[in-house]
Amino acid sequence: MGLTYETIQEKLNDKFGADNLQWENTYDQLTVTAPKELNLKILQFLFEDETLAFRFLTDICAVHYPDNTGAELAVVYHLHNLVANVRLRMKVFTAIEKPDVYTATSIFPGANWMERETYDFYGINFVGHPKLKRILNVDEMDYFPLRKEYPLEDQSRIDKDDEMFGRGGSYN
Amino acid sequence: MSNQSVTHHIPLPEGSIQKQTTTMNLGPTHPATHGVFQNVVELDGETIVDTEQTVGYIHRAFEKLAERRPLYQVTPITDRLNYCSSPLNNMGWHTTCEKLLGIQTPKRVDYLRVIIMELARIADHLICNSIVGVDTGAYTGFLYVMQYRELIYEIYEEVCGSRLTTNIGRIGGFERNFNDTAFTKIEKFLKEYPVVLKEFENLFSRNRIFMDRTQGTGAISAERALAYSFTGPNLRAAGVDYDVRVAKPYSSYEDFQFDIPVGTTGDNYDRFMVRNGEMWQSLSIIEQAMQKLAQFKGAEADVYHADVPEYYLPEKKDVYTKMEALIWHFKIIMGEIEMPKGEVYHAVEGANGELGYYLISDGGRTPYRLHFRRPCFIYYQAYPELVKGAMLSDAIVTMSSLNLIAGELDA
Repeated sequence: MGLTYETIQEKLNDKFGADNLQWENTYDQLTVTAPKELNLKILQFLFEDETLAFRFLTDICAVHYPDNTGAELAVVYHLHNLVANVRLRMKVFTAIEKPDVYTATSIFPGANWMERETYDFYGINFVGHPKLKRILNVDEMDYFPLRKEYPLEDQSRIDKDDEMFGRGGSYN
Repeated sequence: MSNQSVTHHIPLPEGSIQKQTTTMNLGPTHPATHGVFQNVVELDGETIVDTEQTVGYIHRAFEKLAERRPLYQVTPITDRLNYCSSPLNNMGWHTTCEKLLGIQTPKRVDYLRVIIMELARIADHLICNSIVGVDTGAYTGFLYVMQYRELIYEIYEEVCGSRLTTNIGRIGGFERNFNDTAFTKIEKFLKEYPVVLKEFENLFSRNRIFMDRTQGTGAISAERALAYSFTGPNLRAAGVDYDVRVAKPYSSYEDFQFDIPVGTTGDNYDRFMVRNGEMWQSLSIIEQAMQKLAQFKGAEADVYHADVPEYYLPEKKDVYTKMEALIWHFKIIMGEIEMPKGEVYHAVEGANGELGYYLISDGGRTPYRLHFRRPCFIYYQAYPELVKGAMLSDAIVTMSSLNLIAGELDA
């Protein structure tokens, strides 16, 4: 009870070193950015520590920042301590050339599909995942569609026969 | 006749003679699965040895689409997640945007939203529970309660003009005030539905056949449910009283008195009973909201949106007569409003669990990234664990009692 952001910050800084972690509190949500090598250790610590007890994994997703050279992809974890009712967001950044991040499936069985989805759309290679293959897209797909280098189709293009959808043909 | 014809048979796959189990393909469009679900089931007689789900048949790239749409154009996308309770998704999206933009909605808007959200929850639970009935061989309940879903859809229709994919509400409130017909219909619903729900409950909750089919099947312990990130009625059926409406109230849920029904065993029967209990709670919440609405007097009683000209479309008659309204109208429609930079995670209690929106804005006109936390995508992965060792017919009931909605599953 009464788990405060200060406690979380203090405990993690003590354990993993304040230099390794960046803290941010926006929109009343504490966010920690950690080196990707530490992600599993931090998740484990957050899970096992009696006061922190972040034992519920709300969500995993990724974000692509093409301009952030050397750390283009971010994996975002949303954790929840259901007893104290506190949420924590954790981010790890990885280079797009070698997007290896340790899997959280050993701690949270529910991370399995979330990580598969993240792999499917961003190509994050979750090291140690029991079955890392595409989940929503077809297996034959050879790119990761949510990355920013794949823009949505230009809505004003006219070279395509899309008359059924009100574009091209007699609509121009 | 001769031995020769025997030697020219088509070779069977390696090991298929020795194999002791049968592989069966259930779905993607099987009459017993309500939606596009495929399961490759390994059967020993009628007992399930293993199963593997395939998802993604109706994936529509919502998260990618959202990256090029201004906020108000994302609402129709959210309709198509859990389409049994679209208003819940819409409201979840509006409240997410309001959190990012720092918009405070008036109390009356909150209460109107609560009414719509709880109606949507009833509509969703109604379908789910009556489908569980259908899958256990009781069709009557399904047909009987359907007319009350129809009544709920009529209420949506009065409020927003559409029924299934509602696109209801706007950032800051509603597109128009609720008219008298809407209120009359809500009152009619509040009067008639409890009787029907009671009857529906009587049909099932102590029905020997129904109990035998659902008790002890598809069970999950609270520990495993939490490990699999279950939320919503499925988690509560296992005995964990986590509800976003209480844990992090939005839309003034803190003003309402209601209980969180929980189960103990996490089996199909408990899931049914939890949903049933939630329908009663929803009814009570709607009643309370109606009472609260009656307390607004004068100008307050006509408030149906917050005063946010940057995001809320002005009235059409103002657009024709006032310069400022015309400008805002143009800017909103063309998607030329820049939103503040920031990232928010906002969750609402959807009909089947915590429906979360993770929205990142880089200060542009469209979301930089939008991720939907879709509850049924997350808990569907536990399905093999729930049905292993069960009979095939129980697996069908388990699937319906999990309240899987293909639209939400596949995004």
